[in-house]
Amino acid sequence: MRISVDNKRVYAYTGSRALTPDQETVVFVHGAGLDHSVWLLQSRYFAHHGRNVLAVDLPEHGQSEGPALPDIETMAAWVKNLLVALDIQRASVVGHSMGALVALETGAKASERVERLALLGISAPMPVNDALLQAARANDHQAYDMINLWGHNRSVQLGGNPVPGLWMSAQTLRLLERSRPGVLYRDLRACTAYQRGLESAQQLQGPVLILLARQDRMTPPVAAEPLIRRIRDKQRIVLENCGHQMLSEKPDSVLDALKDFLS
Amino acid sequence: MATPRYPRFDTLSLHAGQKPDPITGARAVPIFQTASYVFRDTDHAAAVFNGERAGHVYSRITNPTNAVLEERIAALEGGIGAIATASGQAAMHLAISTLMGAGSHVVSSRSLYGGSHNLLSYTLPRFGIETSFVDPRDAEAFGAALRPNTRLVFAEILGNPGLEVLDVPAVADIAHRAGLPLMIDSTFATPYLFKPFDHGADLLFHSATKFLSGHGTVIGGLLVDSGRFEWTDSDKFPTLTEPYAGFHDLVFAEEYGPAAFITRARKEGARDFGACMSATTAFQILQGIETLPLRMRHHVDNTRKLVAYLNAHPAVESVIYPELPDHPDHALAERLLPRGAGAVFSFNLAGGREAGRRFIESLQLFSHLANVGDAKSLVIHPASTTHHRMDADALRAAGISEGMIRLSVGLEDPEDLMEDLERALRESQK
Repeated sequence: MRISVDNKRVYAYTGSRALTPDQETVVFVHGAGLDHSVWLLQSRYFAHHGRNVLAVDLPEHGQSEGPALPDIETMAAWVKNLLVALDIQRASVVGHSMGALVALETGAKASERVERLALLGISAPMPVNDALLQAARANDHQAYDMINLWGHNRSVQLGGNPVPGLWMSAQTLRLLERSRPGVLYRDLRACTAYQRGLESAQQLQGPVLILLARQDRMTPPVAAEPLIRRIRDKQRIVLENCGHQMLSEKPDSVLDALKDFLS
Repeated sequence: MATPRYPRFDTLSLHAGQKPDPITGARAVPIFQTASYVFRDTDHAAAVFNGERAGHVYSRITNPTNAVLEERIAALEGGIGAIATASGQAAMHLAISTLMGAGSHVVSSRSLYGGSHNLLSYTLPRFGIETSFVDPRDAEAFGAALRPNTRLVFAEILGNPGLEVLDVPAVADIAHRAGLPLMIDSTFATPYLFKPFDHGADLLFHSATKFLSGHGTVIGGLLVDSGRFEWTDSDKFPTLTEPYAGFHDLVFAEEYGPAAFITRARKEGARDFGACMSATTAFQILQGIETLPLRMRHHVDNTRKLVAYLNAHPAVESVIYPELPDHPDHALAERLLPRGAGAVFSFNLAGGREAGRRFIESLQLFSHLANVGDAKSLVIHPASTTHHRMDADALRAAGISEGMIRLSVGLEDPEDLMEDLERALRESQK
């Protein structure tokens, strides 16, 4: 669906379903340089199982109008404004990587609007490798390659996609290649600059799922521990044989964890 | 962290798409000779059917052995995904039928495999899809033939049988400026010699019957999507940008993003047209691809030796191979095909049709049959076989003479091949 948030055109995937007031809503927030389609399997499941789904394209991502938002705090305020624009009183927010930071901050700053939080592939702080930042700043394709290769479990580089017939490595790469110049850099800089994570974690009120991956080289599970310690009502799951791009590497495991948590 | 590297071509040829079987530990790709797959429960069944969970439903649409092959060719070509089909012709039909319907138009090279020419010239017009044929050496001709209802630009990387080398970057640029995808039949090159997506093509297909399987044992095709074409930039491709009633109003470009085309091709084309590949065939093609780099190097080495030999032979009027300095596309071949211009080439024999007949019937190592890309060397007379449905004008337009002989050079010892050719050439001139 196409809506207006902060006077800008925004696209949100709903599973080709109209939003229904009596259904619970789940908002999915993608990671740096990506778009709503990373949530394809998970969002489609909930859209066809009695939930309103809003898998958003953040500003200047996918089909949403720019400019990209400068920091995690502004992105979180944007998520709240999205809910206000659609007159949704409360929603669960699911985020991956940068999207998980956005979800975390939304939970802290707009707790009155947030039912549950699922934070996937998160660490706080989330420092970004300097070589990656510099490549992204130069709009160098090597930035996409670094994310693609570091983001996936090493064995995935040889294939074995759960979705038959698709080459996972190219799936991620093509999405990143679609990002507009400068957007990936702004996203990564926002991740690096966000320092409020631990403080925000202490402010969370509802239940929180933290979903991590054992072979994650970008946000390794150990880097999430300080954050997890500060969350009161939490559930922690670590996926085995999985890297940072858990949505494509282990789509069923992610869906099962979300199903259990959001039920 | 050190700068990361992707696995290289030879490694991908052996490993891409496969992990050792988690149940048995089998190192080779298992042949999943099954029609269908047991669901865990009703919720799982509904979710797999509705595209909410990954998995297999029915082997006409997906199969675990085929999935390894599909990932492997996608990896080797640098594409986002692939579909294994019953033949190369099925792959071509699947691509066209996914992109367009009645009232649409294709601009194609006129130098094509005979089967592709038949499909475009005679069969698709019955379904309302017309084709304009152009000279593949004239990139601007592709642009000049475009119509408002054109939906695809199509050519072979190496024309059949004249071996015209397509200027893929130039033709891709023309197609893209018109908001259209370029599809390449890359059968003669294989990704070892040429990767169309690196040069601007958007879709490609292979007759995997040829060099990919490499042993003349199976019929199969592979359709590959680069994932780079922006289908939503125009309203030319409603199959990808508008709700599809056949799948709960799914909009493929919105849900699947860069994988929109290949997903629609599977969810509709594989489902409804049903030209699927058997798992056993997929296994044999995988076996072939494991040695593709080794074989292609040897195919090209042998070809170069035979080209040099024939080019100096008094019974041969001319040899058509892009690596020869007098070939019109010599410079283009050097730029696009530095690893070799393939292992199929043609030559014109002195003495015309009758000499050609005596030549073919005198060969002993070369097999006279309608195929290319076998490990064994092959020979055919195009005017009387693969292109026999073309009239004299069409033959001339396709660059085929009555005395033309086409060779597909295999992996035998090149000295034995040259001795076989020498014997037959002598007989041809008696």
